[in-house]
Amino acid sequence: MIDNKNKATPIAVKVDDLTVAYNYKPVLWDIDLEIPEGVLMAIVGPNGAGKSTLIKSILGILKPIAGSVSIYGKPYDKQRKLVAYVPQKGSVDWDFPTTALDVVMMGTYGNLGWIKRPGQKQKKEALEALEKVGMLPFKNRQISQLSGGQQQRIFLARALVQNASIYFMDEPFQGVDATTEIAIINILKALRKAGKTVIVVHHDLQTVPEYFDWVTFLNVKKIATGPVKDIFNDDYLTKTYGINYKVSLQK
Amino acid sequence: MNIKEYIELLFTDYTLRTITLGTAILGAVTGMLGSFAVLRKQSLLGDAISHAALPGIAIAFLLTGTKDSNILLIGALVSGLIGTFWIRGIVKKTHLKSDTALGLILSLFFGFGMLLLTFIQKQPNANQAGLDKYLFGQAATLVESDVWLMALVSGICLLVLLFFWKEFKILLFDADYTKTLGFNTKFIDVLITSFIVLAIVLGLQTVGVVLMSAMLLAPAAAARQWTNKLSTMVFLAALFGAFSGVFGTAISATQNNLSTGPVIVIIAGVFVLFSFVFSPSRGLLFKQIRFIKNRRDLQLHKTLTFMFHIAEDHDNISHPHAIKILNNFHGYTRGTLQKLEKKNFVKLDGNMWSLTEEGYKTASNLYNQQNKTNE
Repeated sequence: MIDNKNKATPIAVKVDDLTVAYNYKPVLWDIDLEIPEGVLMAIVGPNGAGKSTLIKSILGILKPIAGSVSIYGKPYDKQRKLVAYVPQKGSVDWDFPTTALDVVMMGTYGNLGWIKRPGQKQKKEALEALEKVGMLPFKNRQISQLSGGQQQRIFLARALVQNASIYFMDEPFQGVDATTEIAIINILKALRKAGKTVIVVHHDLQTVPEYFDWVTFLNVKKIATGPVKDIFNDDYLTKTYGINYKVSLQK
Repeated sequence: MNIKEYIELLFTDYTLRTITLGTAILGAVTGMLGSFAVLRKQSLLGDAISHAALPGIAIAFLLTGTKDSNILLIGALVSGLIGTFWIRGIVKKTHLKSDTALGLILSLFFGFGMLLLTFIQKQPNANQAGLDKYLFGQAATLVESDVWLMALVSGICLLVLLFFWKEFKILLFDADYTKTLGFNTKFIDVLITSFIVLAIVLGLQTVGVVLMSAMLLAPAAAARQWTNKLSTMVFLAALFGAFSGVFGTAISATQNNLSTGPVIVIIAGVFVLFSFVFSPSRGLLFKQIRFIKNRRDLQLHKTLTFMFHIAEDHDNISHPHAIKILNNFHGYTRGTLQKLEKKNFVKLDGNMWSLTEEGYKTASNLYNQQNKTNE
């Protein structure tokens, strides 16, 4: 059935020949990737496999040596408004003088464009997003006074405000407790239900079958991509992680 | 001279008025821009830029032979910008970290500048004296046209800041994310950096190469202590900077003509010190008070819990016990016992104590994370 659906659904993200290198060695080599619309996809792979690099170069944060990215058939540059991003929590300084609500409001800046200031409409959208992630009571809290899980939810709310079609998330479950993890995955599942495409860099192999319906194995090269029930098996796990992958599963 | 006389003098004396206005504007604009430098963790950049400006001043003099401050400042601007771009280049192209790059450029440019200054001093040219005032600044050389230039640049700076406020804020907080939203982060970045360089160069004549970075950092560091809002922080930093300028000028003018630049910097330092100690939320003083109070509460609660565990073993919780048995418990004092009685958690009767119903309930729910109202 998924195969039928696959033929009918458009391709949300298409990556062609993407190659990225920091110094001499490539971090990503010749990645071809097609992500169909409406999937909740995990990108898995060992440390240094280039998972974060992959989404950063898709989003234009890193400049690839070669390759192109298209969103719904058009170049990414023209489709930015369809794409939202949740960076790793540790990528910013949480002692920045601002409040939770203010950070979520930043999600509206892209649609506002240059110079125009956010108004009542944007504030309402931000409050709704805070409500969705269960952070409304903390809206006026200075962001350094939030716990790690709360900070992650603020980042998620900021992406929700963008009201995009495609969501890229860099390890949203890193350092959050079990309750927050469930809260986050429920939001991601709700996004999929609404027809959005969600791409998540993920570390915990055990939860892949439970959380996701699509998976990409990555280790510098793309090993495989497809439905979890078809390709999430010993064969591909070994190809990605080496023979000792079971150790990482047990962790 | 008393304060009233001084204020009168401020309005009548041309030189004093010019210098006061100039240092106030300078303090305001460097404080404002310094907030951005501090939040971008580029505090040392200001120091590097100001030191890097020195050879530019010397070369401008060697080429033109004039000491017109505008021409010298253009030289400073050019060499400051070159220094900045070299720092970036080093960080990007080599494995060196930014602190190493900053230190390297700072001392190399400063050393080269000093070399040129001594070379100029050896020349048989009557015009050569006085370039070394750029080392520590000399506010007394400010004239009205300098102040107008400062006001103009500050005005433009303020306008740009108001215009691109949203873009500045998001870039400071999360540059990568800003890029994904479609903003040209390089443009915003160059805009901020250029204004920082411009503000530094403007201050060289007044405060000098060596102390300039303090003008950038001190007001911002002080302002950060008082607020958790970016706009308030920028405003406060501008205010602290302006007041440092005004007070510094006043002190240097009334006290035997102390050198103005260093006095301004020291006043700014006093603002920082005061803020570090007395700010309500981040200040050392209130932090320490909160810490001590917190410790006391904890000790009180520990004593209560200890009593609770004794009372727990008896059928009747209000069964009296000897005060003696508390003696070997760490954290117990006569004071804590009296405090507990005041809160109606225990009853005292001679040498005996007993737990009240309320004390028993409180102790059993203490630090139970599910019902936070009990804490």
